[in-house]
Amino acid sequence: MEESSVQQAHVHAPPERFIRKHIFSLDHKVIGKQYYALALVAVFTGMILSWLMRIHMVWPTAKIPLLEHISSAGAPGGVITPEYYLSLLTMHGTLMVFFVLTNAPFAAFGNFFLPIQIGAEDMAFPRFNMMSFWVTFAAWAVLMLAFFIPDGPPIAGWTSYAPLSAVGKDAGPGMQWGMSLWGLSIALFCIGSLLGALNFISTTLDMRAKGMTLMRMPLCTWAWFITACIALLAFAVLLPACILLILDRHAGTSFYVPGGLVISDRLQAHSGGSPLLWQHLFWFFGHPEVYIAILPSMGIVSHILINSMRKPLLSGKVVIYSMMSIGFLSYMVWGHHMFLSGMNPMSALAFSFPTLTITIPATVLTLIWLGSLYGSRLQINSASLFALGFISMFVAGGVSGFFLAQPSIDIYLHATYFVVGHFHMVMGVASLFGVFAGTYFWFPKMSGRMMNETLGKLHFWITFVGTYCIFMPFHYLGLIGNVRRYQSFVDDFMQPFLGWHKFMTIAALITGAAQFIFLFNLIYSRFKGKVAPENPWNGTSLEWSIPSPPPWNNFGGKHPVVYHDPFQYGVKGSKGDFVMQDSPEQAVPASGD
Amino acid sequence: MSSTIVSVNSQANALPPPKRAAAPAALAYGQERAPSSGIWVGVFAITMSFAAFTSALFVREGTADWGHLTLPSILYFNTLVLLVSSVTLECARQALEAGRLGTQEVSHKASAWVMVTLLLGLGFCAGQFHAWQDLRAEGIYLATNPNSSFFYLLTFLHALHVLVGILVMVYLAGRLMASHTTFRRSLFSNTAIYWHFMTGLWLYLLLLCRMKL
Amino acid sequence: MGKLLAVVLIIIAIASAYPIVTHMFPLPEDISTHGHAIDEQLKDTMWEAGVSFVAAQLVLAFFVWSFTGRKEGSPLRNFPGGARVMVIAAFLLVGTEILALGVLGQKAWANVYFTSASPDAVQIQAQAEQFAFYFRYPGADGKFGGIHPDKIDEGNQNYFGLDPANDVDARDDIVSGELVVPVNREVHLMMHAKDVGHSFYVRELRIQQDFVPGLDLSVHFTATKFGKYEIVCTQLCGLGHYNMKAYLNVVSEADFEKWLKDQAAQ
Repeated sequence: MEESSVQQAHVHAPPERFIRKHIFSLDHKVIGKQYYALALVAVFTGMILSWLMRIHMVWPTAKIPLLEHISSAGAPGGVITPEYYLSLLTMHGTLMVFFVLTNAPFAAFGNFFLPIQIGAEDMAFPRFNMMSFWVTFAAWAVLMLAFFIPDGPPIAGWTSYAPLSAVGKDAGPGMQWGMSLWGLSIALFCIGSLLGALNFISTTLDMRAKGMTLMRMPLCTWAWFITACIALLAFAVLLPACILLILDRHAGTSFYVPGGLVISDRLQAHSGGSPLLWQHLFWFFGHPEVYIAILPSMGIVSHILINSMRKPLLSGKVVIYSMMSIGFLSYMVWGHHMFLSGMNPMSALAFSFPTLTITIPATVLTLIWLGSLYGSRLQINSASLFALGFISMFVAGGVSGFFLAQPSIDIYLHATYFVVGHFHMVMGVASLFGVFAGTYFWFPKMSGRMMNETLGKLHFWITFVGTYCIFMPFHYLGLIGNVRRYQSFVDDFMQPFLGWHKFMTIAALITGAAQFIFLFNLIYSRFKGKVAPENPWNGTSLEWSIPSPPPWNNFGGKHPVVYHDPFQYGVKGSKGDFVMQDSPEQAVPASGD
Repeated sequence: MSSTIVSVNSQANALPPPKRAAAPAALAYGQERAPSSGIWVGVFAITMSFAAFTSALFVREGTADWGHLTLPSILYFNTLVLLVSSVTLECARQALEAGRLGTQEVSHKASAWVMVTLLLGLGFCAGQFHAWQDLRAEGIYLATNPNSSFFYLLTFLHALHVLVGILVMVYLAGRLMASHTTFRRSLFSNTAIYWHFMTGLWLYLLLLCRMKL
Repeated sequence: MGKLLAVVLIIIAIASAYPIVTHMFPLPEDISTHGHAIDEQLKDTMWEAGVSFVAAQLVLAFFVWSFTGRKEGSPLRNFPGGARVMVIAAFLLVGTEILALGVLGQKAWANVYFTSASPDAVQIQAQAEQFAFYFRYPGADGKFGGIHPDKIDEGNQNYFGLDPANDVDARDDIVSGELVVPVNREVHLMMHAKDVGHSFYVRELRIQQDFVPGLDLSVHFTATKFGKYEIVCTQLCGLGHYNMKAYLNVVSEADFEKWLKDQAAQ
């Protein structure tokens, strides 16, 4: 018996039956699309939840049609109760952070394109890959179940701090089965993500085609690889955190709950636990998680910009090292979520310095993106518009980090709308812009059809201006001390600012409505879009060397050989101003620099 | 599931000879060594999880109600059993490497050693279960005190991972028995890495429990 | 359309900076002794952040304007200095910023957290519970009685679980729903959580600190201006979180003594 190569180890037969082809598929492309579909459902759900929240905040007595049928306790007569507002808030955050921002830029696009971009036939472990999607799907189903149980979803926020989350039904509505479903859902999500990360890492290390050295991988491939490394460590810590939470809730242990607590007039039968333990474990995961959300979009945007500019970035290597530094530093900063938590004030300074330091690679990346635009031949289309919008948003959302990284300023800004504005802008908008850019760019490859450019541009303009209108005021409101997670502002202090809340709500409704243009474009183009050629954007990376959509084994049984990095733009090639990675022809520099 | 595996293999066997002859060239491109990063990635993730539990233990240790737990003595016997199982797995590897590859005799011998290993593994799990019974007889349950919480938690999760290893070994033994020509050596080495890691992890947990609980 | 993007970017940059530059959202007045350092820090950071933000948007706009719509065959150029210049610039810009903000900002943090309350500060205990704050003063004996969770009786207003029958120190403790403090005197606020996590936030005081069940935390501050200021809970604590507030009432020394006497008489 011979030492079998990895190719034989993972070869799976072309799918025959419907179930194997479309449902329990081993094909990374189908799995990628499944993740995308799940993220799409989650993002529209999360968006509607945010609409409900914002409508309730400015029109607290508004009767929302149909809502009473989903929860008669939470919205009697269609009017959202204070506790239901918190349920909506919790589910909005959980859906968006986990099921949208981890799934779409990373699991969806990464699954579809990483194997192709390195010249592999599939991921290293197709069965684990299939499992990772279906476990994630199960996690989503468990979470959504919380909407339909009588007591409703939990009210502890996506951060689920103990002891509120750990003591069970005494803590409030939704905190019995709703909270348990949350814990189970997230534990399942961890397992799904770990399986996915395992695949990304092994595939990148072991399955690259001949000539595809690590440094010749496209920047988005690098981003997915680094993200997978971060995700492996992060979710490996969140899973224990959830297990301990479930044990505290159901097995009577006291990992997180101290003694002597009187909740709902009942002395709780716990003792000795530490609420800070939950915070440490959660944020040890939670901070790297936000970089899991943004790094793939950084990679996707870099990849698209190079193509749109017809020119490489100033240095691919520097971009890679910057992304690596961000990944590395992301593990040293989690305490900046806990400056005021009661942890040792000395450690606040210890966490503040790496937090400020992370600005260095982030600035390097921004300067490189900006500097690369100089002297380029920038093509404008939906994909590049969102890529450029990403740069704008990343800076806008990033600079508010300067404030929050300093513990002294955090004394004032912690738990205000300033924080909410910061993370929405940088995660909710910038990261999502990367997903939009990726969709417009890669839809032709994934589906074999072009998306409608007019609708795409319309989608961009409304979304770009709209998200600035929604989230900039969050920062201003934070500066005057507008506290977050309040279902309405009943006090005198906030009355002068309610007009701004109305403005933000209306902006959110309009911007949200524009997302249906995107959805329509996706669905319509899938069936009626113009048929896409193999390489509609004249790209150099391997995904553009195969048909649109690709066959089940990507390269049709051939083994691609790679001769270049993916940055051969602005050169004289046989096909135009670029040379593809798998083309042996030597790039001739075009006239000019 | 198994029918799919068979069909893949039969397809692989059905590949025309030229393609097989090209196999050495297939190894030449891409990478020089046989790829096995997957198992190391998995081992690393599991390590991280137990590191998280360890840090939880250190935090919890600081509180006033932290007592002392006398470990059931059968744990040491279980440790011995697990250590021996690692040795027997290495005996299986020896059998695979010493004999001529591709002969039925070799793969059957290796399979026997693997079965001994998995039986020892089952013995370990049974022994751990016995340890829990010992504690329960003393009235010490999961939620009795923080020390017992960590003990049950750590030993249970470890045993769960060992069970997964046992299941893989059943599959491994089966493959070795079934077909000596299409057996993938990487399956054996990956299983061995995982199993030895389980042994090493147990030694660490035992030390942690002894010193801290 | 590239030119349009450039124009929109400029408009957005200006529109975003406008409310800051015109002070449309001024900080609430600072009524503390340590707050000035925090406010200065915030101002400095606003300068750095604001300039970075506007500069980046304008550079992006300028480059998008200049380099879109170029004809096929127009020469490609590289930014002078290439990636190296960018890396050096990032290190210099951010490095100095870190030094300025991080190192100088230490002081503002240290003022609040690295000093302990002076021995003659007014001792007050705050308890946070779902969904109210209560404050306890030690009374004439200057000692706080013990807290007994099993003795808590909301109906009889025994929020802290005091046991005056058996505990001498507890007999003269004053419990109030309002935090009354004398002006210009240091207050040492000890913080106790009855049920879940809460937080104590007074914007004007530039103070925010979590209540953590099981932990003995405290803050100390000196209020410098008379008035009533909101204390709001900023740690999600359940369905009444939005309504969990109390008032800080800063009064003169004489009024404070009078208030204590009145409370003790009840």
